[in-house]
Amino acid sequence: MLLDVRPLTNTMPSNVTIERLDQLKDVPGEVTLPFFILSVLTILGAAAALTLRNLVHCVLALMLAFVGLAGLYLHLDAQFIGFAQILVYIGAVAILIVFAILLTRGGESPSQSIVSPSWAISSVVSVIVFGVLAWTIRSSATTRHSIPPQPEVTVKQIGDALMSRFALPLEVIGLLLTAALVGAVTIAMQDKQEMK
Amino acid sequence: MTTPLASYLLVSALLFSIGLAGALTRRNAILVLVGIELMLNAANLNFIAFWRYGPNPEALTGIMFAIFAIGVAAAEAAVGLALIISIYRHYKTTNLDQIDSMRG
Repeated sequence: MLLDVRPLTNTMPSNVTIERLDQLKDVPGEVTLPFFILSVLTILGAAAALTLRNLVHCVLALMLAFVGLAGLYLHLDAQFIGFAQILVYIGAVAILIVFAILLTRGGESPSQSIVSPSWAISSVVSVIVFGVLAWTIRSSATTRHSIPPQPEVTVKQIGDALMSRFALPLEVIGLLLTAALVGAVTIAMQDKQEMK
Repeated sequence: MTTPLASYLLVSALLFSIGLAGALTRRNAILVLVGIELMLNAANLNFIAFWRYGPNPEALTGIMFAIFAIGVAAAEAAVGLALIISIYRHYKTTNLDQIDSMRG
C-alpha cells in the first residue's frame, strides 16, 4: 500500500493529547434536528443556486446556502466565524455578484441551454469525487468522536491571537486585500480608447 | 445526543461536489465563480468542524485558518467578478463557450 494512513492517536506527540483523544473516542452520536434543518437548507440552497435558469434567482438561493452555513458555524460554537460569514458573504460577496449580473445583463433568463456541452462528463466527475470523499469519511476511524465540551472562545481571545501569534499572516492578508482591491478596480475600469 | 463529526464532513463533501458540478457544467462565467465560492465554503466548514472536534480547541488554529480563508475568498471574488465584467465589455457575452479565441 502506498499511503500509510495511521489513526490520529498514533501520530500525536504529547501524552496529554493522546489521553484526551482516548476519552473522546467512539462515543455514539446522533444527528440532531437543528443540524439536520441547517444542512438541508445549505444543500438545497447550493443545489438551487447552480440549477436555476434566472441568474438573480441563483444568487438568492446562494444567499440561502450562506445563511445555512452561518447557522452551521453557530451550531459548532464558532460565533465569530458565523457572523463574519453573514457579513462577508451575504453582505459583500452576494451583493457583488448581483452587481456583476446586472452589469453584464444577465438578469433576463437565457434562451439557449444553461449547461455546457460537456455536462455529462463533468457530472460524472463530481459524483465520483463525492463518492470517494464519502467513502473516505465513512471508513475513517477519527471521524467517529463525539463532540468535546464547549471551548471558551471569546472575540477578545481571537483578537489577541491575531495581534500576537498570527500577526504576520494578518499583515499578509491585509496586503493581499489591498492588492486585490487595486487590481479589481484596474481590471474593471473602462479603457478611454474603448469609450470613444 | 450530539452530532458526530462524520455528518459535518459529509455535508461539506456534498457541498463541495455540488460546487464542483456547478463550476464544471454551467455556461455562465458568474455561475462558475459561484460554484468556486461554494467549494471554498465547504473547505471552511471542514476547518471549523475539525477545530470543534479536535483535541485542542483553545489553540484557535481552525478559527484562524477559516478567517484567512474567508479573506482570500473575498479577494478572489472581487478580482474574478472584475475579470468577468472586463470580458463582457470585450466580447459582449459571459457564456464561456463563446469566449474561445485562445482555442488551439
